[in-house]
Amino acid sequence: MSIIDQTIEWFGEPNRWSWTDPAGVPYRTVEHLQFSLLALAISAVLTIPPALWLAHYRRAQFLATSAVNIGRAIPSFGLVILFWFLASRLEVDTTFWPLMLALVALALPPLFTNTYAGVIQLEQETVDAARGTGHREWQIMLRLELPLASPVILAGARVAFLQLVATVAIGAIVNDGGGLGRYIVDGFALGDPGHGEILAGGIAVVVLALVCEGVFALVTRWVTPRGLAIQSRAETRS
Amino acid sequence: MFPVPAQGGRPLFEWRWVDRHLDEIFERLGEHIVLTAAALAIGLVVSIGVSAISLRRRWFYVIALSTAGSLYVIPSLGAFAVLVPFTGLTSFTTAVIPLATYTLLILIRNIVTGVEQVPKEVREAAIGMGFTRSRLLWQVELPLALPVVIAGLRVAAVTTIGLVTVTSMLGKGGLGYFIRNGIQTATPNPTSIIVGVGLSVVLAVVVDLLLWLGGRALAPWSRKAASR
Repeated sequence: MSIIDQTIEWFGEPNRWSWTDPAGVPYRTVEHLQFSLLALAISAVLTIPPALWLAHYRRAQFLATSAVNIGRAIPSFGLVILFWFLASRLEVDTTFWPLMLALVALALPPLFTNTYAGVIQLEQETVDAARGTGHREWQIMLRLELPLASPVILAGARVAFLQLVATVAIGAIVNDGGGLGRYIVDGFALGDPGHGEILAGGIAVVVLALVCEGVFALVTRWVTPRGLAIQSRAETRS
Repeated sequence: MFPVPAQGGRPLFEWRWVDRHLDEIFERLGEHIVLTAAALAIGLVVSIGVSAISLRRRWFYVIALSTAGSLYVIPSLGAFAVLVPFTGLTSFTTAVIPLATYTLLILIRNIVTGVEQVPKEVREAAIGMGFTRSRLLWQVELPLALPVVIAGLRVAAVTTIGLVTVTSMLGKGGLGYFIRNGIQTATPNPTSIIVGVGLSVVLAVVVDLLLWLGGRALAPWSRKAASR
């Protein structure tokens, strides 16, 4: 039987389209998204406030510029396994937190750097104008710098989210759940007869990533302040 | 691999283990470097070709960037999984194709941006001296774009080195082998994991540094421009 037939057969198995059965693609998709989105949310809460504050006062410039480079050098695969190992050594629960910690660690650098860069690039006149009209510093940060920097912050969030979706798949190696990566890892474990499952899992992961990317682009357009959207559209036209 | 066995077991780091596996460590490091170099070389060749066309046809650049962008979005494990049935579980090709495609986005973007920022006067002077379009690209524009291209190459190299660790899922070697092996023994072996992760990070930092130095040596004017 050819690989394609095997894959089609795999997709046609009973329970494959179940939302409640762990064998179901929808079930694993939801699991995959839960892990990715939760990690993104935790990372955003951890990074954006301090980055906003540090950028407003122009502190920790070196950290902001080098964070992404340092982050890039750390292999996500290694981080997942390392955190899993540490958790198992400390005899804590290994099904959720080790993977979540690894995911958050990977999402922090792009979010931090982009928030910082987004605030830094704003014109000082704008900030001074806000100050002149009697805005407090925290108001400037929240009502001026945060929305104006939002396109850059969202670009960072997009990079982070890409990384997260990819890493959740890898997480299936040590995690009983593991989202759509579950199928790929299980398929590898089966050897030759698993090729259909590997391909099916691969297709599912790829489709999920592409759909996420599309949705993220839409959300970015929706969240960006209207004034900025008009401006950037005018810029691309000229 | 789960449920997790309770372990009292092995100390966090054993020099003895490193000592005993020194040969293997060098072998896997070599494999890691070969995979990285092959992916970067393929990526660079394809990117230069695509960029050369992109510089003349704007619509091609738009298509090339969005294609490379979509490929970049694909999770590494997913890409390997899709290729395995066609190019084989342990084949070099299965590992290299995704690794090379991930470099395309950044390389194409940086080559095109780098060439486009070459001053118009320089280009006109070269054309006035009778340079053909391909000679103009190879002998004037690409060398002048070098600092930007190297910047892209550094990002691509560091990213690729990290991704090569995932290819150990394919039974491919590289330093990922140690990371994976660390949890596949009866009691997890932390030394193996730490060696795998640590060497991968060190390799990334060293390669980044070497490319930076190489860029400075090949394009000394960028240093002068910066100091001015």
